Amino acid sequence: MGFKSIGRGTRVAIAATGLLELASSLAGCSSVRLGFLDPHGPVAQSQHDQLLDVVVLLAIFVALPIFVILPWFAWRYRYRARRARYAPKWSYYGPLEVATWGGPLVIVALLSILVWRSTHALDPYRRIASSVAPMRVEVIGYDWKWLFIYPDEGVASIGELALPVGRPIALTLTSATVMQSLQIPALGSQIYAMGGMVTQLNLEASEAGRFLGENTMYNGDGFHQQHFTAVAMTPTAFLGWVRHARTQGVPMNLSALALIARRSTQGELVAALTSRGAAGGSVYFKDVPASLFSAVVATTGTGKPMTIPADSAAATNGTPGAAATTADMPMGQRR
Amino acid sequence: MLAHPFGRLRLQALPFWDMLQHPSKGVVINGIIATGAALMVVLGGIVTVALISRYRLWRVLWSQWLTSPDHKKIGVMYVVLAFVMLIRALLEALLMRAQQAYGLGGGFLTPNHFAQLFSTHGTIMIFFMAMPFLTGIINYVMPLQIGARDVSFPVLNSISLALTAAGAALVMISLVLGTFSTGGWLGYPPYTEASFSPGVGPDYWIWALTLSSLGSTFTGINFAVTIYKKRAPGMTLMRLPLFTWTALCTSILMIFAMPPLTVATAQLALDRYLGFHFFTNDLGGNMMHFANMFWLFGHPEVYILILPAFGVYSETISTFSGKALFGYRSLVVATMAIGVLSFTVWLHHFFTMGQGADLNAAFGVATMLIGIPTGVKIYDWMWTMFRGRIRFSVPMIYAMGFMLLFVLGGLSGVLLADPVIDYQVHNSVFLVAHFHNVAVPGLLFGMIAAYHFWFPKAFGFRLDERGGKVSAVCWILGFMLAFFPLYALGLMGMPRRTVAYTEPAYVPLETVAFFGAILVVAALCALGVQLWVSIKHRHANRVFVGDPWDGRSLEWSISAPPPEYNFAAIPVVTDRDAFTVMKESGAAYTAAVPFEDIEVPRNSALGPVLGAAGFAIAFGLVWHIWWMVIIFGTIVITAMIVRGFARNTSRVVTAEEVRRQHQHWMDAVARAEPIARDKETTSANEGLAMPIDTGAEQ
Amino acid sequence: MSDGIAKHPGLNLGPGHGKDDAAAEGLMFGFWVFMMSDAILFGMVFATYLTSLSATAGGPGASQLYDLTSTFVETLLLLASSFTFGMASLAMKYRHSERRLVAWLLVTLLLGLAFIGVELHDFASMAAKGGVPTRSGFLSAFFDLVPLHGLHVAAGCLWMIALLGQLVRYGVDTKAKLGIMRLALFWHFLDIIWIAIFSVVYLPGCMHAIG
Repeated sequence: MGFKSIGRGTRVAIAATGLLELASSLAGCSSVRLGFLDPHGPVAQSQHDQLLDVVVLLAIFVALPIFVILPWFAWRYRYRARRARYAPKWSYYGPLEVATWGGPLVIVALLSILVWRSTHALDPYRRIASSVAPMRVEVIGYDWKWLFIYPDEGVASIGELALPVGRPIALTLTSATVMQSLQIPALGSQIYAMGGMVTQLNLEASEAGRFLGENTMYNGDGFHQQHFTAVAMTPTAFLGWVRHARTQGVPMNLSALALIARRSTQGELVAALTSRGAAGGSVYFKDVPASLFSAVVATTGTGKPMTIPADSAAATNGTPGAAATTADMPMGQRR
Repeated sequence: MLAHPFGRLRLQALPFWDMLQHPSKGVVINGIIATGAALMVVLGGIVTVALISRYRLWRVLWSQWLTSPDHKKIGVMYVVLAFVMLIRALLEALLMRAQQAYGLGGGFLTPNHFAQLFSTHGTIMIFFMAMPFLTGIINYVMPLQIGARDVSFPVLNSISLALTAAGAALVMISLVLGTFSTGGWLGYPPYTEASFSPGVGPDYWIWALTLSSLGSTFTGINFAVTIYKKRAPGMTLMRLPLFTWTALCTSILMIFAMPPLTVATAQLALDRYLGFHFFTNDLGGNMMHFANMFWLFGHPEVYILILPAFGVYSETISTFSGKALFGYRSLVVATMAIGVLSFTVWLHHFFTMGQGADLNAAFGVATMLIGIPTGVKIYDWMWTMFRGRIRFSVPMIYAMGFMLLFVLGGLSGVLLADPVIDYQVHNSVFLVAHFHNVAVPGLLFGMIAAYHFWFPKAFGFRLDERGGKVSAVCWILGFMLAFFPLYALGLMGMPRRTVAYTEPAYVPLETVAFFGAILVVAALCALGVQLWVSIKHRHANRVFVGDPWDGRSLEWSISAPPPEYNFAAIPVVTDRDAFTVMKESGAAYTAAVPFEDIEVPRNSALGPVLGAAGFAIAFGLVWHIWWMVIIFGTIVITAMIVRGFARNTSRVVTAEEVRRQHQHWMDAVARAEPIARDKETTSANEGLAMPIDTGAEQ
Repeated sequence: MSDGIAKHPGLNLGPGHGKDDAAAEGLMFGFWVFMMSDAILFGMVFATYLTSLSATAGGPGASQLYDLTSTFVETLLLLASSFTFGMASLAMKYRHSERRLVAWLLVTLLLGLAFIGVELHDFASMAAKGGVPTRSGFLSAFFDLVPLHGLHVAAGCLWMIALLGQLVRYGVDTKAKLGIMRLALFWHFLDIIWIAIFSVVYLPGCMHAIG
């Protein structure tokens, strides 16, 4: 982060922070990690720190003076306070005017510097600095579930986003339906997924755990059930997860995709796929064509029927951890 | 067209149809709630009609109110509309809070029903509660404050009201026939496109907004022209009361901000009705255009709503502190700065749409810049209280509650303006908490304060002070209980618009919020009781002389209620706080000689006709009843052409009549006992103020 | 205004018209403000068009669909109608005969109707080449912008017919004068919008075809 934290020691003294702590402790009751007040990734950690910094700055320099001065004036100059000075015509005092404009100006100027720097540092499109190459995950929003494709591993999943701890994840997102927004609060930012378009998001988990993942953009009756669990695991465990998906997964093909594309909740989808090997809360897919993501982007953009070019063989041979070589990035990277 | 004379309107549109067809527990509960709401609308309509018939008020209603071009009556009707819609939207809020309090794992509402509730709640609160409320208050007060006899275009004013009311009626009828949109008050496509929402819901939303935004555009033009062209002699711009300044700024924003909304909704309608591809997923459509246009309207709209409330607070804080407003020039500059800046920040509503960091950071900084003039305002109001003689009557309690709570809302706004934090709390209930934290203490408290402040002017008697205080306390506490928990819930990752959840951690905070909502409904009930009590005791609380609060601007210089022509003689203004200056120099309450004939506009049926026809066109469009659209479209065009041929559009109040009414008022002034400020909330207050200094020594 | 100084831009009636001139002040200012709002409306639709230029979705684009000759004719018709409306305004200001005023207005009306006719013909030939609004985002934007202007012209024509009716019924009285003055503003405003459409929509579209 390009800015210095300020006033960490004074934090506890501030009422607003107390509210944050309360929320934080309440959030701790849950089995999955809910909010970014309990951050488990570098992005969420920075956001968490910045929230506290800004809250403290604003509480001390903006809220506190008003909370002191206003009740004081109200009491001091109440109608019955006969001894208080009464100056009915007093309506201008130059230095006070200057201070009235100058105070907010200085605060906003300081905040602007902070915001400018941090917005660039924490741009969701920005790759997270790491010694390890980022893992690519392609995300397609459906009503009402997210499909996570691991193009380099040739597998995909619904209801569970597995990720190795300590390795950045580079997500590319689109929607096969209406606008959605993907977020894993404990790890970091959210970004919209839109039909026929591709957006990006970079996250990383710094320790193992199960984190709440969700769609935050209302998209119909099953919206409140469009949750998933982001499971951060050791790299070894992740290899095992991929292996499991490759052996136990449902084969990904046009008919499976048609089921996914139906407006249904994840539970309904799992039920529909049970005969093909799905079980439990999440579904894993094997034999996922490398061009699936770009095919969905193109189909949603043109309204033509879905086809997947038969180039899937190359993708399924990819090894976990290998750098992206086979599939091209649709619509290009912004950077 | 002949096969289906009622378009796609079928029996299935009735709210209890589904319940009868598929009587499962969940469906029945929702069917009962929906049917109950529909019954309230129908019965409310029937009772209103019956009462009007019983007391033979149809003629009075038509000739004294509906066709009246008088800005004061139009203002009152706007406020009545706002209160009616406030009741509905608040009950919906209560239902939503109840659902979420019981929402762990399900609750009692279906997702579709819940989605309709948040969509109508937002749409009503913005377009049919807040807008009519502030338009009504401006309508009533602004011409009086600038010393004008009416607005520039009185009949257009009546048309604006009728169009707004038609939009509100369309939202109300959606309770009885069919369902409303589930796309929220923003109506983001492609969700609201025909392929994803094929029903009538988004159409109801589109046409209700279209009617409302047409009305608001005309209102903006009308107010702006009035303030520029109809000020009394000597009322220079820098002598305008601050409320009028905010009214001017709001009007300018209406003129410029409404067209983007009209274009966005019209393009969505073209998509839905004619298969265009503005915002569809395929064939080159792009929903990002909608987001941009909607918020190019939506952000200035926020300031359209809040600025008049700022104006109200400026008036009430100054009046109830017994002091001139501190930093008048600063406040004017701050108001106009907010107006300009409001057009430069719309992108902060979608930091998460994938644009670059430069753009996000620039809009984040622009957003925070608005904090400067807003901070200046808060401080200037506090300096106004400094060395004042503050009376804590109802409007002042709201003003104090506003200043303290609004600071918190503003601060959470600064947090949201920081893209880095917004990436986390966007679309969460933190955002819901934020905009309610600015909208409720800002706009709503301001409007209710205005209602208490100017009610005696409009009706000639004061509102009951105790009822007002009970209500104010309930509003403030209820608001805090209802929305502060949402900040915490948002930080705990709870998205907005979620009907149910699976996290037990949310339950305690949701329960607190539910109790807050109950308290807010109690506050509204207290307002109702207060009104009833006040009407009952109206004779004891008469303030016919017209100046119950020791007011500072021209509206207090005339009788309460004012005559239809407002001023027997147009006042001449010599300084800011025009009426205070008059009172000090002894120029107040003088006979206006010589009296002249006053020309006032004749009543016109054009407003009600266009409103009714507008409603019928919109209804026909929603249900695809094309003959209805064609017939009433023809009626609209014909009515406007016929109006063009009208020549005899004004009538004269004779000088003798003006003299008689003025003398009647002057007699009352002579009889009235001037009272000190500590007695202003007692029945001794007849509306004649004793200067504060004198009152203090006795 | 009593001092005879023109307060609103555009054609003023002048002190000779006395009360009529005074009555014009608020009304004309209000109409200017209305046109500002209308200009924003067009601005948004222009923005939609410009941001949708590449959204042809494989359908026909500007170079296949636009006919510069035809739109040039439309431009001439509309410019000519603005000139004839100017003549009508002068006839009103200098109190020429009522017949002359009506004649110029009728010429303007005919030119306006001719413009609409040619434009409709243009749309029909575009549709024949597959250029229909349902084909692509680009064509949706085109058929939002250009017909919106066309609808404004049609509304202007209707308004003019209504005003001609008022002239026949009441002669050149205050209200008719104020109506003509506002319609004049509206008409010239639509002319400017059309120039913008011609330069932003048709010229680049056809330049592309030549290039």
